[in-house]
Amino acid sequence: MSKVLFASISKKFVMALAGLFLLTFLPVHLIINFMLLKSDPAPFNAAAHFMATFPLVKIFEIVLMAAILIHVTYGIFLQISNWLARPVGYVSGSKAETSFFSKFMIWTGATVLTFLVLHFFNFYFIKLGLVEGDPENFYSVAHDLFRIPAYNYIYLACFVMLGFHLYHAFSSAFQTLGLNHRIWTPIVKKIALFYAILIPAGFASISITLWLFS
Amino acid sequence: MGKLDAKIPAGPLAQKWTNYKATTKLVNPANKKKLEIIVIGTGLSGAGASSALGELGYSVKTFCYQDSPRRAHSVAAQGGINAAKNYQSDNDSVYRLFYDMIKGGDFRAREANVYRAAEVSNQVIDHYTALGVPFARDYGGTLNTRSFGGVQVSRTFYSSGQTGQQCLLGTYSSLNRQIKSGNVKMFPRREMLDLVLIEGKARGIITRNLVSGEIERHSAHAVVLATGGYGTIYFLSTLAVNSNASAAWKAHKKGAFFANPSFVQIHPTSIPQLNEFQSKLTLMSESLRNDGRIWVPKTKGDKRHANDIPEEERDYYLERRYPTFGNLVPRDVASRAAKERCDAGYGIGETGLAVNLDFRDAIKKQGKKAIENKYGNLFEMYRNITGIDSYVEPMRIYPAGHYTMGGLWVDYELMTTIPGLYSIGESNFSDHGANRLGASSLMQASGDGYFILPNTINNYLSGEISVPKISTDRLEFAEAEKASIERLNKLISIKGKKNAGSFHKRLGKIMWDHCGMSRNEAGLKEALKLINELKEEFWKELNVTGSLNEVNPELEKAGRVADYFELAELLVTDALNRKESCGAHFREEYQTPDGEAMRNDEEFTYVAAWEYAGEGKPPVLHKEELKFEEVEMKVRSYK
Amino acid sequence: MKLTLKIWRQKNASAKGNFETYQMDNVSPEMAFLEMLDSLNKRLVEEDKDPVAFDHDCREGICGSCGMYINGHPHGPVPAITTCHLSMRFFKDGETVWIEPWRAKPFPVIKDLIVDRTAFDKIQIACGFISVNTGSAPEANNILIPKKISDEAFNSAICIGCGACVAACKNASAMLFVSAKISQYALLPQGRVEAKERVRAMVDKMDEVGFGSCSNTGACEAECPKQIKITNIARMNREFFKAF
Ligand SMILES: Cc1cc2nc3c(=O)[nH]c(=O)nc-3n(C[C@H](O)[C@H](O)[C@H](O)COP(=O)(O)OP(=O)(O)OC[C@H]3O[C@@H](n4cnc5c(N)ncnc54)[C@H](O)[C@@H]3O)c2cc1C
Ligand code: SF4
Ligand code: FES
Repeated sequence: MSKVLFASISKKFVMALAGLFLLTFLPVHLIINFMLLKSDPAPFNAAAHFMATFPLVKIFEIVLMAAILIHVTYGIFLQISNWLARPVGYVSGSKAETSFFSKFMIWTGATVLTFLVLHFFNFYFIKLGLVEGDPENFYSVAHDLFRIPAYNYIYLACFVMLGFHLYHAFSSAFQTLGLNHRIWTPIVKKIALFYAILIPAGFASISITLWLFS
Repeated sequence: MGKLDAKIPAGPLAQKWTNYKATTKLVNPANKKKLEIIVIGTGLSGAGASSALGELGYSVKTFCYQDSPRRAHSVAAQGGINAAKNYQSDNDSVYRLFYDMIKGGDFRAREANVYRAAEVSNQVIDHYTALGVPFARDYGGTLNTRSFGGVQVSRTFYSSGQTGQQCLLGTYSSLNRQIKSGNVKMFPRREMLDLVLIEGKARGIITRNLVSGEIERHSAHAVVLATGGYGTIYFLSTLAVNSNASAAWKAHKKGAFFANPSFVQIHPTSIPQLNEFQSKLTLMSESLRNDGRIWVPKTKGDKRHANDIPEEERDYYLERRYPTFGNLVPRDVASRAAKERCDAGYGIGETGLAVNLDFRDAIKKQGKKAIENKYGNLFEMYRNITGIDSYVEPMRIYPAGHYTMGGLWVDYELMTTIPGLYSIGESNFSDHGANRLGASSLMQASGDGYFILPNTINNYLSGEISVPKISTDRLEFAEAEKASIERLNKLISIKGKKNAGSFHKRLGKIMWDHCGMSRNEAGLKEALKLINELKEEFWKELNVTGSLNEVNPELEKAGRVADYFELAELLVTDALNRKESCGAHFREEYQTPDGEAMRNDEEFTYVAAWEYAGEGKPPVLHKEELKFEEVEMKVRSYK
Repeated sequence: MKLTLKIWRQKNASAKGNFETYQMDNVSPEMAFLEMLDSLNKRLVEEDKDPVAFDHDCREGICGSCGMYINGHPHGPVPAITTCHLSMRFFKDGETVWIEPWRAKPFPVIKDLIVDRTAFDKIQIACGFISVNTGSAPEANNILIPKKISDEAFNSAICIGCGACVAACKNASAMLFVSAKISQYALLPQGRVEAKERVRAMVDKMDEVGFGSCSNTGACEAECPKQIKITNIARMNREFFKAF
């Protein structure tokens, strides 16, 4: 049994599940972020407050953090073992026709992770009390950040990377879970494209609006 | 060595095998573990035998020269595998399959063996199916068959154009199961260099580890050769380029008789030689003849594009000469007819050594889709190699060396003239006479390996149970090893200029020109002379780079070519001796006025089993007279 | 035509190895790739130099022996064929051709372009079979299998075990190869009996011998000479979860 748990396929399975779970969280976060566009800080802060205090959400939060942790550690472990499996590379490179973004998952993933850390310092750790700040007024924290051009550059770049990451991740997760179907898989791939553009574009549109118009 | 005793069991033909199995001596299960068996070869016969012997509890050691047993040349068989299931209710039966084989072999095979091969054929299909071999099926879920190779019933089971691959992978899987169980120990990348005899019995082999170059000794209570055919003696053939006769030849030099070496099947439908560098001829499955029509232009040297030659200027020579069977005549007949047309100057293409295989009419009648469904992968393969699209213009084909009916002489138990040495599959001579019918070799190789040898070897081994594990420290092993090393060093020490491959190519040309599809006395004598000259040149001008103790494909090749020189002489000698035309052996002196083969049953109804008499001495001929009790010998006619 | 060959030369498993350059002046577009190498080797032997070692046998695309990494592609730039079927007419006059061995930790180089692929055999030995003894099989037509399923099993069964999927994969993953075998048996009723043990044992062994894991990149499928599909990998994953 323990063997089964640590088999490469199991690791990928867990990673895929965690990843899919994270996919469900992004739209929620996006919807809340849209409230930043309102000139009234109350709704956003209320939502943030709700997210920080409602018990069910708290459980969700733990699961979410665990998912991130698992997704990241398994991702790193698998990547290392994959690198070890090819100690010597090819001089003539690889010209195979493949899904392009799949080759850079570790790098797009790492970028997203870096952003996440930054993001945690700006918001999440404040909430946890690890970093100084007012957890009840994330609205102004966000508005302040988006006024800094450098932050916007980083923010936009990271979301482009997230898009790349999501595009492959979405359909790949289904394949890993064993769900590959003559009719459904092409549809899943279309949805993946849609999702991978829509979510980052949503986040980016908020940052751009705040940066340029407020 | 006295008279050849085939040890055919008494009783009526249909009862012989049953009787044999019921009365043969057995080995107690507890003793089996202590008995070791060496199997060389992992084709359908070798891997099949290893699996079955392992299942019985023997300690088996199996060898092959490839990196994995899954690559034995059985993998390349395309068309199918015969069985007398009579699933189509078309009057097929064990007897009919037996009769077709005997007749197809032009009455030069041993009745009892052939009957038994037909008898076990059904079990072979059952076994492969149980092993998960995906044979073609009908919509109702039952197995499908097709008709193949010049017979009038539909008894050929197939997996698209990859039957050999699927059967071999099935066999490989059963071999793996035994490797896992520990009953079989697998030694890949090993080449057998010599057979070791102790007190006249086969007791082991000398091998070279093709990775480390190490020379190794392996002992056993019995040795089984399943080393395939020697068609690469023609250099260009449909066999794998590393196929060789060395193992069988070494056994021959140690006392195993070599039977009917000149019976070599030339397959009519292979892609012709395109250029001088070519290393291999690719077979286009015989099944293509079910729908393709073979023709050449009626005018000599007509260089027009095939599609520009009108119907009335085409000579469908097979349909013309053999109205009953038409394009479906057996292989030997089809091959010779192609050669006849090309020799007469009607051949097509730059070399004039090719004929058309045309699907125009079939496509017109059945539609492109239907043809694609049946032969899609073959058309694709043809296009990859030649760049020609056979949906719009005819394929070009020409005969190629393909299968060796000849091989080590074996008795009913598949034992050679050396006690404890067995030979199975294509490496023996037993079941196909002077010509093999399509799809009967996979059947025979599988039957030999899975169902026959495991039932006959007990008879010998029951007498060996008191023989303890044989030590490889014995003098006989040391001597054989020394001789092998000396020979390899000799090859390395010539230090000439030419590589072994170039000699192989030249030898192949001699054999093809003088001892191929048709033979005559003068040509054969000329061949003997040429072989000898080339052999001398070989031993003077060969260059083998590298050393003994490393991966050295040049050394492997040189050893195989050196053996081929010797076998080539025997092959030609046998062809000279057989003053008749039968099956694939066509002696120009013995033909009817309209060019058909003329057998001489009076004088040649025998198996020519040759004994090695020593370096430079002519081989000694032993005759096993063939008695036909069940069938009447007829002139084989496909008109 | 003229070609410049850059070939990986490595004396043995422990030697270091490097690329050697060979000038080929007389390559005919009619040659097969391996025949082009044959002609190079003939020349090398005539010059008393060590010829290039490579695996090959059937030379008709079915045994799976041959395999070289040519200009960024396992089995060369033409899809759906093996190295032995690769014709020189697909190369341009004056082209430089890089020839490398398969690269993967479980496929160590033995010499030059020859690698050790016994890792594949080990996986098959783990449970790549149906346990049936000779003689105990039922009558073949007692097992009815829908044609569609049987054909699908066949499409998975045609893998030649060449290792190009591993060579192509950036992770040196063997999942296409393993899943093809698992699929064949998983689809057939004969194979279902041991389906759970099989998938566990084979996946275990696959991990143990050191292949990477699949990241659904699809290079294997793109480069497989037998066009084995990655839907097999999804099926293997399904089978694996079912085996808990
Ligand atoms: C292209 C082609 C198509 C064919 N199509 C059909 C068909 O459709 N139907 C049919 O019935 N038959 C067909 N045949 C014939 C049939 O495939 C073979 O006769 C049969 O598979 C031979 O099986 P085997 O077990 O005797 O030997 P093989 O499969 O040839 O195996 C020989 C084994 O011996 C080993 N070996 C040889 N020498 C040595 C040595 N010195 N040391 C160590 N190991 C050694 C090799 O490694 C190999 O494992 C075809 C043959 C060819 C070439
Ligand atoms: S899956 Fe394809 S590439 Fe991989 S070993 Fe099989 S045939 Fe070769
Ligand atoms: S040599 Fe057999 S597949 Fe290429």
